[in-house]
Amino acid sequence: MITRLLLRLITTAATLLLLVTLTFFLMRLAPGGPFDRERSLPPEIEQALIAEYHLDESLPRQYRRYVSGLLQGDLGPSFQYEGFSVRELIAKGLPVSLTLGALAMSLAVLIGGAAGIAAALSHRSSADHGLMGLALLGISIPSYVVAPLLVLVFAISLHWLPAGGWQAGRWSDLVLPVIALALPQIALIARLMRGSLLEVLQQPWLRTAGAKGLPPHTVILRHALKPALIPVVSYLGPATAGILTGSVVVEQVFNLPGIGRYFVQGALNRDYTLVLGVVALYGSLIVLCNLLVDVCYSWLDPRIKAA
Amino acid sequence: MLRHGNGAEPNSLDPHRSEGVSANNIARDLFEGLTGISPSGEVIPAAAERWEISADGRQYRFALRENLRWSDGSSLTAAHFVAGLQRSLAPAAGNAFARMFSFIASAEAVLSGDLPPSALGITAPDERTVVIELATPAPYLLGLLSHPSAFPLHPPSLQRWGRDFARPGRLVSNGAYALKDWVVHSHVELVRNPHYWNNANTTVEHVFYHPSEDVQSELKRYAADEFDTTYEIPLVQAPALRARYGSQLRIAPYHGTYFYGFNLSRPPFKDNLALRQALTLAVDREVIVNKVMNGMALPAESYVPPGIWNYTSQRPAWAAWPREQRLAEARRLYAKAGYSAARPLTVELRYNTHDDHKRIAVVIAAMWKQWLGVETRLINEEFKVFLQNRKLRAVTQVFRSAWISDYNDATSFLDLLSSTHGRNDSVYRNPAYDALLQQAAKAADAQQRRNTLEAAERLLLQDQAVLPIYTYVSKHLVKPWVAGWQDNAYDYHYSKDLKVLAREARAP
Repeated sequence: MITRLLLRLITTAATLLLLVTLTFFLMRLAPGGPFDRERSLPPEIEQALIAEYHLDESLPRQYRRYVSGLLQGDLGPSFQYEGFSVRELIAKGLPVSLTLGALAMSLAVLIGGAAGIAAALSHRSSADHGLMGLALLGISIPSYVVAPLLVLVFAISLHWLPAGGWQAGRWSDLVLPVIALALPQIALIARLMRGSLLEVLQQPWLRTAGAKGLPPHTVILRHALKPALIPVVSYLGPATAGILTGSVVVEQVFNLPGIGRYFVQGALNRDYTLVLGVVALYGSLIVLCNLLVDVCYSWLDPRIKAA
Repeated sequence: MLRHGNGAEPNSLDPHRSEGVSANNIARDLFEGLTGISPSGEVIPAAAERWEISADGRQYRFALRENLRWSDGSSLTAAHFVAGLQRSLAPAAGNAFARMFSFIASAEAVLSGDLPPSALGITAPDERTVVIELATPAPYLLGLLSHPSAFPLHPPSLQRWGRDFARPGRLVSNGAYALKDWVVHSHVELVRNPHYWNNANTTVEHVFYHPSEDVQSELKRYAADEFDTTYEIPLVQAPALRARYGSQLRIAPYHGTYFYGFNLSRPPFKDNLALRQALTLAVDREVIVNKVMNGMALPAESYVPPGIWNYTSQRPAWAAWPREQRLAEARRLYAKAGYSAARPLTVELRYNTHDDHKRIAVVIAAMWKQWLGVETRLINEEFKVFLQNRKLRAVTQVFRSAWISDYNDATSFLDLLSSTHGRNDSVYRNPAYDALLQQAAKAADAQQRRNTLEAAERLLLQDQAVLPIYTYVSKHLVKPWVAGWQDNAYDYHYSKDLKVLAREARAP
C-alpha cells in the first residue's frame, strides 16, 4: 500500500514537471514577447525590462531559475500585472473561481443527477423525452449565449440581479454566473446518469433483487445507484478541476476576478510566468481530482481496488 | 459614487510605469502634474499655479501652489517633481514614454545611460520652483506635463517599497483621489484625497474603475445601471445605441489615425510611387466610415488628424476631387506602375486578428479588386505575432497600423516616420523629411515651426509612405446624472471635474 502510494506520488510529480517543462518551452516558441506592444518600447527601455525579468539569460538557465523557484513555491513575477507576483494573483483569483465552481458543480450534481435518475426510471415516457430534450438543449447552447441571455432577462429587464461584478460576500453576484456555469454540466450529468442507470437496470442481479421482493426504491438506491455512478464520477473528476480553475467565458461576461481570465490574458500577453502558474495549478487540481475519483471508485464498487 | 467602465486592466498604477489609456485614466485621478487639462481640453495650471517661458522658448520656470500635500499629509515640494521626471527618463525605470521628453537638456544622454538621471535639465532652485531647461524648443511641453510620466515621485514610498509601491495601503499620491483598493480583474477603488489643494471643489467621494475588455459585457452593465460611463461601445451596434441612448452617446474627434503602411523596402512598393498612389486613391473612405465603422470615425485623407494644436492637417490635392476623378487617376497610375487586368498586382494585406480590422481589410481588398483588379491576400495574425512581423519589416507588404498621440502636437505623428524611429514600419527614408523635422525642432518661432511641420506632412503624403483611412473618435456612453462631462480631443475626463446628480428613477 505504502509503496503504491509512493509510486503514485512520484509519477504525479513527474507528470507535473513534464507539464510545466512543456508549457515553459511551448510558450517561448510562440512568436512575440511580453514587451511587444502597439507602441513599441525604445530599445534601451526594452533592454532594461528584459534584464529586469531575466529574459536576457539563456533559455536553459531561465528554465532552471523557474523550476528552482517553483520548488520553493515561488511562481515568479507577472509580466503584465506589474508589481504582482503570480502567486499573489492566483491567491486572489482562486477563491472566486473555487466558490463559483464548487457551487455550480454541487448544483449540477444535485439537479443533473436527479433528472437523470428520473428520466431513467420513466424510460421512454414523455417525462424521459422531455428531460433529455432539455438536456440536449443545455449541452448544445454554449455559455457565451446563455450567459448574456441571463443578464438580459434578470439584470437588464427585471433588475433582480446584477449584470456583473464581484464584491466579496455579496451573494447576488453569484447567482447568474453559477447558473450559467451549471447549466451545461446539469445537462451532461443528467444524460450520463440516465444512460448508465439504464444499463445497470438491465443487469441480472438487479432483476434478482426485484424478484426477491425488495421494494423498488431499495433496489434503485441501494443496489443500482452505486454502480451506475461510476461513469458519472469519472466524468466529474476532470470536469471539477476544469470548473474550479474558472471559466473564461463566464468570467468575462460577468466581469469576475477569477483565474480563468488569466489563462487567456496571460497567453495573449505572453505573460510566461502567469500562464505557467495557472497551468501548474490546473495540473495539480486534475491530479488531485483524479485521486479522489479513484477513492470514490473503490467505495462505489469494492471490486475496484484503491490504487 | 462614480463607476467607470475602463477597458483593459491597468498594467500598473505607478505613473512612471503605467501604459495605455486605461492605466493613465486612473493615474490622472490619483496624481497631478505641474499642468492639467481642463474639461474642454485646454492646458491649465494644476500643481503649478503659474509659469514663465524664456524668450527663446528653452527655459520654463514653474511656481508651485502654496502648501501642496501628498495624500499622507506630508508636504509636496518642487524636488518631488524633479525626482519624478528623473525617474521617468532613467532607462532602468522602464517607462515606455520616456522618449517623449528627449528635448529636455541632457535627456538624450540620460536616456541612453551615458549620464545619470540627475544630469537631466530639470532643477528645483527652491521648494516651490521647478525649472526645466530644453535642448530644443518644444512648445507642447506644457501639455506634456499633464502626462503621468511627468507626475511627481514620493521618494519615501520608493525607498520603502521599491518599485512595488503602487498598491493599496502603500500608494501615496498627490491628485484629487487616493487609492483605496485594487482587485485585479474586478475594480480599482479611489477615495477623495482630503489633502488635495482643491478638495473643496471635488464632489464625488468614491470612484470605481472597472476593467471591461469585453465591450458587450460593458454595455450590459451600463444598461443595468452598474456603470455610469463606458470605455467604448460595440461598433456594430452603433446605430441602435444612437437610437436608444440619444445624448448619452458621446462621440468626439480624437487624436488618432488609422492607416495602412506600405513596406517601402520591398517589392512591390519599393520605388513604386504610382502603385502606392493608385491603391490610396481607390479606397472609398466614406464607405468605410459610414458602412463599416457605422459613423464611429471620420474619413482621413491626411496623416496628422485635425484638431492638433498650432497645426492644420495637410490635405492632398485629390481630397477635393470627386470619386470618379480619383478612380480614373487610380487606374492611370496603376497602369503606369505596370499592372493591368491581364497582369494584376497580387499583394498581401496583413492585420492582427480582430473583427473590426478584418471588416476594413475585406472592404478595402474588395475596392482594390473592383476598381483596379488587384488580387489581395488577407493575412490575419494573432496580435503579438503580427507585431513581431511588422517590426521585422521583412515579410510585410501592406499592413494595418494606427497611431494615437501621446501629446497634442503634430510631431507625435510625424516623428514616427523619421528614418531612425523605432516605429517607422514603413521604412520611409527621406533625408528631406528628416531635415524638415530637425529644422522644426530647432525653430523658436511658433509660426515657423508650424510651417515646417506642415511642409513635412505634405512631403510625406506626396511620397505616399502610408495610406490614411480614418481619424478616430472617442465613443462613450455617459449616464444623464453625470454632470460636467465635456467632449475633448484628449479624451481626458478627470473625476474631480465630474459630478453625480441625484438620480431620478431608473433610466429607461
